[in-house]
Amino acid sequence: MVTLSVNGTQHQLDIEPETPLLWVLRDELGLMGTKYACGIGLCGACAVHMNGVPVRSCQMPVGSLAGVAITTIEGLSTAAGRAVQRAWVEHDVAQCGYCQSGQIMAAAALLAANKAPGDAEIDAAMTNLCRCGTYPRIRAAIHRAAELLRG
Amino acid sequence: MLSRRAFVVSLTASGALLLAPRARAADAAWSVADPPGSTELGPWLLIAPDGATTIRVAHSEMGQGIFTTLPMLVAEELDCDWRQVHAEYADEARNRREDAYGSMATGGSHSIRSSWPTLRQVGASARARLVAAAAKRWGVAPGTCTTENGVVRHRASGRSASYGELVREAAAVALASEPALKPRSAFRLIGTSVPRLDSKAKCDGSAVFGIDVRLPGMLYAAVSLCPVPGGRLGSHDAAGVMSRRGVKAVVELPGGVTVVADRFWRAMQAAAALPVTWETGAAGHTDSAQFAAMYRNALDGELAVARRTGDAEAAMQGTVVEALYEVPYLAHAPMEPLNATAHLHDGMVEVWVGTQSPALATTLAAGAAGVGEDKVVVHNCFLGGGFGRRTMNDELVQAVIVARSVGAPVKLAWTRETDIRHDRFRPQAAIRMRGAVAGGEAKALSAATAVGSITRSLLGRDPGPVEASAVEGLANTPYGFANVLVRCRLLNTHIPVMYWRSVGNSQNAFAMESFVDELAHAAGVDPYQFRRKLLANRPDMVRVLDTVAEKSGWGTKLPARHGRGIAIHESFGSIAAEVAEVAVDQAGAVRVMRVVAAVDCGTVVDPRIAAMQVESAVVYGLTAALYDNVTIRDGTVTQGNFDTYRVMRMADTPAIETYLVPSGRPIGGLGEPGTPPAAPALCNAIFAATGVRVRSLPVAGARLGRTI
Ligand code: FES
Ligand code: FES
Repeated sequence: MVTLSVNGTQHQLDIEPETPLLWVLRDELGLMGTKYACGIGLCGACAVHMNGVPVRSCQMPVGSLAGVAITTIEGLSTAAGRAVQRAWVEHDVAQCGYCQSGQIMAAAALLAANKAPGDAEIDAAMTNLCRCGTYPRIRAAIHRAAELLRG
Repeated sequence: MLSRRAFVVSLTASGALLLAPRARAADAAWSVADPPGSTELGPWLLIAPDGATTIRVAHSEMGQGIFTTLPMLVAEELDCDWRQVHAEYADEARNRREDAYGSMATGGSHSIRSSWPTLRQVGASARARLVAAAAKRWGVAPGTCTTENGVVRHRASGRSASYGELVREAAAVALASEPALKPRSAFRLIGTSVPRLDSKAKCDGSAVFGIDVRLPGMLYAAVSLCPVPGGRLGSHDAAGVMSRRGVKAVVELPGGVTVVADRFWRAMQAAAALPVTWETGAAGHTDSAQFAAMYRNALDGELAVARRTGDAEAAMQGTVVEALYEVPYLAHAPMEPLNATAHLHDGMVEVWVGTQSPALATTLAAGAAGVGEDKVVVHNCFLGGGFGRRTMNDELVQAVIVARSVGAPVKLAWTRETDIRHDRFRPQAAIRMRGAVAGGEAKALSAATAVGSITRSLLGRDPGPVEASAVEGLANTPYGFANVLVRCRLLNTHIPVMYWRSVGNSQNAFAMESFVDELAHAAGVDPYQFRRKLLANRPDMVRVLDTVAEKSGWGTKLPARHGRGIAIHESFGSIAAEVAEVAVDQAGAVRVMRVVAAVDCGTVVDPRIAAMQVESAVVYGLTAALYDNVTIRDGTVTQGNFDTYRVMRMADTPAIETYLVPSGRPIGGLGEPGTPPAAPALCNAIFAATGVRVRSLPVAGARLGRTI
């Protein structure tokens, strides 16, 4: 039995402990907002928060997560998370949208740690891939979210 | 074997577009419940009593924004309240029965262009019926009624009624004739930036892509495909994996085998562990160097003439310049790996897939299940990127075969590695350009390309000696060379090729626009001015060129080892010019600092979405030009994931400025036209910065460092 806390709910799962969290979220818990795109930690489409810190869920064996709090895009409710989602919608960041859950999770974590990130800090934190090339709008939306957070 | 219908679809889907569907936020894209009490006014739209207006979209949303811009065309003429508009996919099965929507294929940057007259007419007709219903109710002449924001008014009597109140009566109105469309000066929506209808669902995780579909009792399938495309399964040892937890079945496929399990992770692990042997034949002994030599050598062999104007060979006088350009196979690498879900029940085949061609998907599913097309229901989903790849849904065929075999609903998904290795690629090509300049002017141009035929690879048909997509961007060059010869040789390898964002333009613009730069330098003329003169007969292109030159600060001074490059290309009915500014460090590392784009697409429906498409196309083009290369060893694609097939990151992305300079020309496409100029603008900028001409892509393979 594996114990897992996702979006505030505790789960007991009969599953191989080496299963990556990504597949547990999607196929056991039906939380489909977290996406698979590379499976090797390179793209960030699968990003979730582990105790508020962004991690790539395709690289996290579910058996290693007892006692930590996982937050997915469906459960994102921090002030930074809400500001990011609002800014994303205001700027119409998403194109195909497939990478955007991960982008939003990464941006929300960045803004929770740094209320006014500069462009270099954004570059360093936002390593998620986007095949649609939404980067210029992601950058603008992060600045906008920072503004929203500062009130 | 494709039916005639599929064949037509394939030909018209001549290119990748971009990008993804919106259903009403919380709903699955395929199962949108229409607002309660809604009444249809024809197949395209529904209005609910509260005015909620559902507009059906007959093309695929893969990021390009058509789930917003196509409804705008209807809403503009309908005069409804935009805040009450929802979009949903049109139903391919209904289209088959009623021919309600015309071609539902998405490609060739075609969606807005082909819908521009029809969808406005749909909106105008619906408006006229609503007005007629109100006029009848009030006993007044329809011409005395006005509409705004979903309300019909009769000013003289002060009466008004909402569309929601009128829609049932309007549904009974038959118009004697089709109403006229609004003059452009009356547009209220078209030309403005509206919030995308798919934004919210794509920011809260609720948007449903194909890979997110879940059905009761669904099993998961992971594939193991012959690493050499076209090869066959030799043997496999199902017993080696059947005892694994959750594994249900091992099913053979054409060219591969699939493991079915109760969870995707288990299926994937088992597929990777399944002992298999492959029969790869002669193709298993090929590699990229052989292919490169084959395409190069073909340029010295027999070539078919695609265009002859004047006598290019006789006019090769003065300074003659010759250059060979080479481009590799490229993968589409949409962010969402290919996947499909199939459920065979009650004699029906129901499939969920992100497809750029629901009609072809129908044909493929029917063929795989051995049923008639009337037994197939295709539920299109948001596409997590398309770029042309999702025009041919190989994954759907596999999902249907597996679902049929195991007798349960099956979601079959490819890993990233399978998605890259089993793509249908942008063709590899060698393109030889010759030209002559004298007295500062271009005299002749001769272009020859050796490239894979998409028709042969995709449709299995003889393309004849010349294929339009092989020479697009060369044979139809807008440059006013007095003497032009364009020739081609179509040569395929076992590597499948298909439409990749901008198709033949992607490689041909690289050759053409790099070479025009080389001619300018040979003539001793500034590359911008050289192009300007060669485009004297195309004031529309000159205008776009002048815009990009002015906005980029063309001709102003830059630091050492910085350079600007310019390129312009017409494709899919639009003109796009780009200036790239690069910095190349001493070690040869290229940084793209800034890209300025100017685009004339005739009419802009939504300026923000239009600019997004240009930005996306620039990033896509730069990514390929800088990094990407699909190479073959032992007949097998050597790349497999984003470590070896790179995607540009935020930190590497230049500032991109887009200037839309719409003229009165017919409305053009926008998904693709921004891609072709990116590679040549980049390489021309590298030349300006370093003096090194990159003639073989990707740039990553070029030596650009300072030699000591
Ligand atoms: S899917 Fe986890 S990083 Fe790409
Ligand atoms: S929006 Fe399509 S991959 Fe990022």
